[in-house]
Amino acid sequence: MTATTAITVEGLERAFDEVLAVRGVDIAVGEGEIYGFLGPNGAGKTTTVRMLTTLLLPTGGRATVAGHDVVAEARQVRASIGVALQEAALDPLMTGRELIRLQATLQGLPGAEGRRRADDLLERVDLADAADRRVGTYSGGMQRRLDLAAALVHEPRVLFLDEPTTGLDPVSRKTIWEEVRALNDDGTTVFLTTQYLEEADQLADNVGIIDSGRIVAEGTPAALKAELGSPHIRLQLEQGSIAEAEEICRRIGPLLPPVDAKTVLVEVEHGAADIPRVVRALDEASIAVGSLELVHPSLDDVFVAKTGHHLEHDEDGSDEEAVPA
Amino acid sequence: MSHLALNLRVIRALGLRSIRQTFRRPQLMAPIVVFPTILLAIQTGGAGGAVELPGFPPVQSFLQFMLAGAMMQSLMLAGNSGGIALAVDIEMGFTDRLFAAPISRYAIVLGRLAGTAALGLFASLWFFAIGLAFGAEIAGGVPGALLAIALVTVTAAAVGGIGAAIALRTGSASVVQGLFPLVLVVLFLSSAFFPVGLMIEPAKTIAEYNPFSFIVEGVREPIVSGVDATDTAEALLAIAGIVVLGLALSARALRHRLRVG
Repeated sequence: MTATTAITVEGLERAFDEVLAVRGVDIAVGEGEIYGFLGPNGAGKTTTVRMLTTLLLPTGGRATVAGHDVVAEARQVRASIGVALQEAALDPLMTGRELIRLQATLQGLPGAEGRRRADDLLERVDLADAADRRVGTYSGGMQRRLDLAAALVHEPRVLFLDEPTTGLDPVSRKTIWEEVRALNDDGTTVFLTTQYLEEADQLADNVGIIDSGRIVAEGTPAALKAELGSPHIRLQLEQGSIAEAEEICRRIGPLLPPVDAKTVLVEVEHGAADIPRVVRALDEASIAVGSLELVHPSLDDVFVAKTGHHLEHDEDGSDEEAVPA
Repeated sequence: MSHLALNLRVIRALGLRSIRQTFRRPQLMAPIVVFPTILLAIQTGGAGGAVELPGFPPVQSFLQFMLAGAMMQSLMLAGNSGGIALAVDIEMGFTDRLFAAPISRYAIVLGRLAGTAALGLFASLWFFAIGLAFGAEIAGGVPGALLAIALVTVTAAAVGGIGAAIALRTGSASVVQGLFPLVLVVLFLSSAFFPVGLMIEPAKTIAEYNPFSFIVEGVREPIVSGVDATDTAEALLAIAGIVVLGLALSARALRHRLRVG
């Protein structure tokens, strides 16, 4: 661990009876970094976050957050972190102002300071006008912004955001992104779990990809994508046999796992220069192409390369983490 | 700020939230005030002649006799409602917000119990007001009333501890809600609504040893005949037993919840 490490995780494990949900995870997050923790539902993201935020005891390995051990120095960890968990944990009967003030009390802020911070934060997340309305009347985006504001009330060194934009519309999602960037500019370390590739790509300095409870790749988004090298062509067939199209494409470059029954993904060494070859070969076989796109490596490609399957996400954001041991 | 001062502030804040939550959620408030009031009205209206039965303890009126039972019913349902509210907090993830704060996790439970105690206080004042409005006399005067109010308040917190323990262990509001009928069984098998001396076996024996009978008598005596040291001591012992049981079960359930997440 270096002096500038905000989060260090070594061989972290969590078993639920016979099920091992997190299997020896190692992570290092530097001070002031945004770390994107990427994985599908059930991969172990939330379980890892719950251990790092002291909400769940690990069954193996160790972790420190802000220099404190998450088991032996749990209270010091909790004093250093802000947490906005999946599915904003809000009481619909409280008003926004009541919730932030309660959070200020929980974090030990004196009354006057807590009230001042509450007002400032409500202003910052654009909820000042709705501050005295019950949270149950807020939209999903407003609830997430309130949850984020509550996590910031004590100006934490490390902020954990567990799928902060799941289920939000694009505008609300962008608002949260802007706020995360602003916080990071102020020096806050952000540990962000997400199942949205674009989110990790847009926000994260470093990305860890978790699948079936294991970290399968780690690095900057650019470095991970560069590892893959070649771009690929994405073909959507309009007419003709998918098996025949795959056979033809296989002669041009290696195939990537299919995303659906009408699409072929083929890696091409020379990028756009390979497109005419592909089109000609398919045309000669009388296979009609509905659309064709040259795709440069994305985090999804990284995910596919590392796990053998695509990162899929459902909009309800449920995260059942059951991985057979 | 010292840890103790911080935790006391948290208990107060969570207690206030708990009270607010109850008043804002009618389904939590109804069992505490509405049901016991209706039952009191039905029983005093329909069975008021019971005071004439041979062996019925000397009381000014059946309403005077029933006040302690109504308060017990109200405080037990307040404890049950507190458990339901805590379970709802667990279900919607609100307790994660509390558990992720740098406070004693026992303060979270104690905050809930402080709220339940306040509801017990509210219930005792409500039923005293009803009693006085409809002509019941308080034989023990102001000191007797204060003693009864204190016993009801503390018992509410004690019963709340058991509700909290069940909520923490199960994390399910519907399970805690399912205990509602059990509360009535415990009450009917005590001296809350009928003198033990007039019961038949086996209810009579059960009621004689039911700790809630001791608490009922501790609350009832200051109302019907005046403060009695023995009844008060027995009530306090019974409350202490429930407090110990509730806290032990809550501590165990809290450890379980943190272990399983």
